Amino acid sequence: MEKYAVFVPRLVTKRENFAPGHRACIGCGEALAVRLACKALGQNVIVVTATGCIEIISSQLPYTSWRVPWIHTLFENTAAVASGIEAGLKVLMRKGRMPTQDINIVAMAGDGGTSDIGLQALSGALERGHNFLYICYDNEAYMNTGIQRSSSTPFGASTTTSPAGKMSIGQVTWKKNMPAIVAAHNIPYVATASPSYPFDLMSKVAKGAATQGPAYIHILSVCPTGWRCPTDLTVRIGRLAVETGIFPLYEIENGEYKLSFNFPQLRPVTDYMKLQGRFRHLSEETIEEIQHRVNKEYAKLMEKVT
Amino acid sequence: MCQGVLDKSNNNDRGGGIIGRRVGIEVSLAIAEVVGLADADVVAAYPITPQTHIVEHLAELVANGELDAQYIPVESEHSAMSACLGASAAGARTFTATAGQGLELMHEVLYVASSMRLPVVMTVVNRALSSPLSVWGDHSDAMSVRDTGWIQIFVENGQEAVDNVLCAFRIAEDPRVLLPVMVHLDGFHLSHMIEPMLLPERDEVEKFLPKNDYPLPLRPDKPVAMGDFAPPIIYTETKKAQEINIRASKEVILQCWNEFGNSFHRYYHPVECYQCEDADVLLLTMGSFSETAMMAIDKMRQEGRGVGLLKLRLWRPFPFKEIRQAVKNAEVLIVLDRALSFGGPGGPVCSEIRSALHNEEKKPKVISFVGGLGGREITVAGFEYIVNRGIEISQTGSEQEFELFGVRE
Amino acid sequence: MTKPENEITWKDLNIGSIVTEPGNASQYQTGDWRSQRPILDNSKCIKCGICYIFCPEGCVEQNPDGYFEANLFYCKGCGICARECWTRAITMIEEVE
Repeated sequence: MEKYAVFVPRLVTKRENFAPGHRACIGCGEALAVRLACKALGQNVIVVTATGCIEIISSQLPYTSWRVPWIHTLFENTAAVASGIEAGLKVLMRKGRMPTQDINIVAMAGDGGTSDIGLQALSGALERGHNFLYICYDNEAYMNTGIQRSSSTPFGASTTTSPAGKMSIGQVTWKKNMPAIVAAHNIPYVATASPSYPFDLMSKVAKGAATQGPAYIHILSVCPTGWRCPTDLTVRIGRLAVETGIFPLYEIENGEYKLSFNFPQLRPVTDYMKLQGRFRHLSEETIEEIQHRVNKEYAKLMEKVT
Repeated sequence: MCQGVLDKSNNNDRGGGIIGRRVGIEVSLAIAEVVGLADADVVAAYPITPQTHIVEHLAELVANGELDAQYIPVESEHSAMSACLGASAAGARTFTATAGQGLELMHEVLYVASSMRLPVVMTVVNRALSSPLSVWGDHSDAMSVRDTGWIQIFVENGQEAVDNVLCAFRIAEDPRVLLPVMVHLDGFHLSHMIEPMLLPERDEVEKFLPKNDYPLPLRPDKPVAMGDFAPPIIYTETKKAQEINIRASKEVILQCWNEFGNSFHRYYHPVECYQCEDADVLLLTMGSFSETAMMAIDKMRQEGRGVGLLKLRLWRPFPFKEIRQAVKNAEVLIVLDRALSFGGPGGPVCSEIRSALHNEEKKPKVISFVGGLGGREITVAGFEYIVNRGIEISQTGSEQEFELFGVRE
Repeated sequence: MTKPENEITWKDLNIGSIVTEPGNASQYQTGDWRSQRPILDNSKCIKCGICYIFCPEGCVEQNPDGYFEANLFYCKGCGICARECWTRAITMIEEVE
């Protein structure tokens, strides 16, 4: 985040392009993240969403929570639809059929719609270099359909399709590193963000939108319903994810890694995990294993940071 | 044989002056040429045999500056149609082409295109479906998308393909329609044929085809929300609206074909009759089989048989009125399908025709044949056999729902 | 005002069921979801606006005196504002009928 950023709460635009009256769960971290992103994006934007929490809570016929142009089609094709819109606007402006103007195209999808079913479309759009921003709202499971595991579900988390039981510790694979996969496409801007650090998130979204070419932002969205935590801890848990090194905030600008927040010492992962019911069943050994792996991943990230 | 130009042996009122320039090229390339003449804005392209020549030639036109369009080389057909949705929603004139498996891959997106009323134009080069893998032509892919809500037109030769792709843009983007349109042509038998065709000149196309003016595009100054979800209390109403719209589009299609005829001297109809006056036996075909069937009909007429050919051109919205009118004086109607509905009625087109005629007081006996699957040829002799066998079945009856023509037992 | 969904006929719908009134979901009351509500102690409020920033509903508004208050038509009572308030000026009390 810029040292001299003046994003003080009262200076943030009062306009809510993601209108209240949406049907998100009480304390929804994703709704907060979308709201903040919309503040950073302004009015000259076209939003494309995937099927998922954000689409369902904001678009029950005949209502819409969106005060900007918005389109939803299917689950796995957000990046492809965004590609089509980008191409359509580009050619219409070039042919003089509409006035030339800066319109940001922002694709928004969940972790399922990004790292699982939507991975192909995302990879294709990134490779083709379309000028758009892709925001992944990661609540670490298929929350909208009732908390099923995705490839973004963290190791040891209990979900309905990877439940904890006598024979299982829950999710048995490590969370897929989407920012790394996206960075491998050599796009100009990749970032991770959290609504618990709202000004950092807003400045990253603004930066991503302003980038020429594809940009990707991965936002950790705390989900009290799915993570089984009290509704008022959304922001606190999001902060702990960053402070424990589980979800570090960084940017990759043209291949260069920049850490957004560094901590002299990371908090132990138990601080984060003990607040959430989805990790309640884990034994001390497993948590030790997780701590070890988090340390390793964080060290790998630190090596890349300039 | 170039249908329509100076050919007076049919009763379709074609012929009478030549508009455009005469070319002798592969039909796929001609289709790409006409998409270029129509000044398409966005082409989303993914290769699949046998449509690839269309998207290849479009890439050439764009690369040489002959077509100013954004060419999106997508990574799958699902993304191809999705990109078309986006481009169309942004107000761009959008085109793509696919075949067989590609059409299946974009299946769910097709429903979205029609229910969201996005005027995408697509050429489907009909190809058989796996498994076993077959790149050759039949109508199974077309039949699998019957209910997707698209306007669907079948063509039988290169000239028809060129003309109907041009009409497709005009029909799709008409403010009274705003529905996606598929133009079906047979894989290899039509797509890869080098035929003499008349390509319209650019100024003639500009006169015929108005600019795309989608009424509610995605624009920051007038925000719209496209693709809300509908709970049970309202979903039925959205489907009724869609159904009313596609039925009403028939009127616009007929008008468009009529005006096309006035401009280019070739008239198209939902059902076309060939040598049907006083025919007690009618054969019905769709697609390029119609050409060979016409030769068989000619031969049988010379032998004094009272046979005629019906060519079904407008598949969706289904031309109930025209079908009922066309068959009302026939005793036997033999329908040749190029697709097979397993465990069901066999021939999908035949089952629709039977259903359309069910309540008519006077109707012919309808006999079902399925043939030409996976690119299998049917010769003139084959059609003669089908007609004769069809007449036989109408007299003796059959235990089977349909007969599979040409299979080695 | 948008017609409620159980009264909309097929003729009322736009093409493709496109919604042309941006943000009309703000007609929908989410305030009756809550089981607790935020109470602000003005003497402790420093008007920083952090509650406004962290509200997932976006329903915290600044009144003419500059204090930030939750709009109870939308407030779902999540308690994030109370939790994050730097001066503990907000407390959550149980919603009473």
